[in-house]
Amino acid sequence: MDIALIVTIIIKIITLTFVVVLPLVPIAVYFERRFSAIIQDRVGPNRVGIPLTLFGFKKDWSFFGLIQPMADGVKLFLKEDFTPAHVRKAFYWMAPALTVAPALITLCVIPFGSDIKLPGMDPIRLVIADINVGPLFIFAIASLSVYGITLAGWSSNSKFPFIGGVRSTAQMISYEIALGLSIIPVLMYFGELNLTKIVQYQADHGWLLLPLWGHGEGALSLTSKLLFWIPAFISFVIFTISIFAETNRMPFDLPECETELVGGYHTEYSSMKFAMFFMGEYAAMVVGSALIITLFLGGWSAGFGLDAGIAKLSLGSFQIGGLIHLAIFLTKVIGFILFFILVRWTVPRFRYDQLMRLGWVIFFEAALINVFLAALVIASGSHKFTPAILSIGAVLLIVTTAAIVYVAKVSEPKTKVAGQ
Amino acid sequence: MPLPIFWLFTVIMLFGAAAVVLLRNPVASAMSMVASFVGLAGLFVGMNAYFAGIIQILVYAGAIMVLFIFIIMLLDLNTDKKRTPKMAPILGGLGIVIAFTIQLIGVISTTPDKAMPALDLPASAASFTPGTQIAKNLSANSLPDVHLIGQSLFTEYNLPLQILGVLLLVATIGVVTLSKKQSN
Repeated sequence: MDIALIVTIIIKIITLTFVVVLPLVPIAVYFERRFSAIIQDRVGPNRVGIPLTLFGFKKDWSFFGLIQPMADGVKLFLKEDFTPAHVRKAFYWMAPALTVAPALITLCVIPFGSDIKLPGMDPIRLVIADINVGPLFIFAIASLSVYGITLAGWSSNSKFPFIGGVRSTAQMISYEIALGLSIIPVLMYFGELNLTKIVQYQADHGWLLLPLWGHGEGALSLTSKLLFWIPAFISFVIFTISIFAETNRMPFDLPECETELVGGYHTEYSSMKFAMFFMGEYAAMVVGSALIITLFLGGWSAGFGLDAGIAKLSLGSFQIGGLIHLAIFLTKVIGFILFFILVRWTVPRFRYDQLMRLGWVIFFEAALINVFLAALVIASGSHKFTPAILSIGAVLLIVTTAAIVYVAKVSEPKTKVAGQ
Repeated sequence: MPLPIFWLFTVIMLFGAAAVVLLRNPVASAMSMVASFVGLAGLFVGMNAYFAGIIQILVYAGAIMVLFIFIIMLLDLNTDKKRTPKMAPILGGLGIVIAFTIQLIGVISTTPDKAMPALDLPASAASFTPGTQIAKNLSANSLPDVHLIGQSLFTEYNLPLQILGVLLLVATIGVVTLSKKQSN
């Protein structure tokens, strides 16, 4: 290993994690508060700014309260860090770190932009670890984040956090299955698990959910791409909703629902330890949006065949195309975070049995059927299969779907009639 | 000469494994086992077996151990009371450890001490159908281990794979029937 490579990697880790992504967390909190205020017809935090009146000016400079997240952070830092006497200390201290760390580790396989070229150096890829198992890596590390919440619930040694921890364990394990199954069609379409190559393919041949350019020349034809739009969209819906469940966001935030569990797994936490749970949730949301965008919405690509041009833009001998792509990527991520927030303040909370039913009975089966549907669509696009085989496959698919729907209907718990 | 990171993961793995046995608290033991699995996954990744490493974390650390902890927490097992150690189990355990150590020494002493040959990926691309993802990846000098595993699973080991699938299905149905019976 030469030193230059290690230095580049360390610089990339520090810049991408602590300069690009971590600031997104307070920004997301700010957006959450302002956007929810707009939805509920309130004003929201719009005052915190630079208090110019202290220095004799006429007006404070507030700039829509953009400094609010900093004030929140300072507030959390200055609160008393109280450790209750009845907790299991070691795990109680470990749990917040175990929530934040996995979310930040998963960032290292997400491609943030195309290459940057500095004069006299090899092109620098805007991804920390360009490995061939990108999405699997994210699932693996994200599945470790369940320990933070579970241990927080258990080590608090009191009832409400414990129920919150148990709920979140069951919920996260259940939805991991739907999450994993739902992206199989996507991986089949790209034939590739390297996220950089997946994004490059989408930049050249159209986003998965917007396949409108770059057909021909070895790629799939427009018809088969548009046909694939159906399984891709089903995947997208299942994947997005499962990400909501995995990040414990609103319609599925049962581990911390105030009406039943006080604060859920973080009831006993205060000050910065509580803030770390908060950060973990928002970091997971940022990573989730980044993954959805990378897989379905073209990652850093601007789309419409503009990317090759953007990548070539340069300032003297310094190619800045990668930075423009980085900006596009961050814009998309913030857009998707706004969608997360919109859902949180629109959809009411699920009941726990409804949540489990949705995960196991609806999403699991739908994702499974979707895999076969995607395979059929891909097979119909290539010329290796005769129409007879394809139609047999279609009939089998319809029969299986009908059987699964029937079984799901039969196994539905019968609602009891009152008075019996 | 292994990378320094190899030693890091080895230490994590061995300390985790030792802590599983030595710690009294069941949850602490389970968490050390997770640490041990993570170290093992790191070793796999160090040997270019990305897929095996990731699956190690995803399946063992992320799913099976979560269920372990879930059950330990639900049953609320208390920390083991101080037991008076009995001679027979300790002697038996020691015997097994010594037997395995002797076996390990035997295996290591007969293994030739050779460095791993450097992989020539572009050259091996010729043995795959040109135009496939595997060939493309190999000629671009990156190891498509997921594709290679898939290739051998679905060509060489297709029948065992299908049989395993049926076995798992039977097991799943069996579990569902058993749990349904108990709830009535």
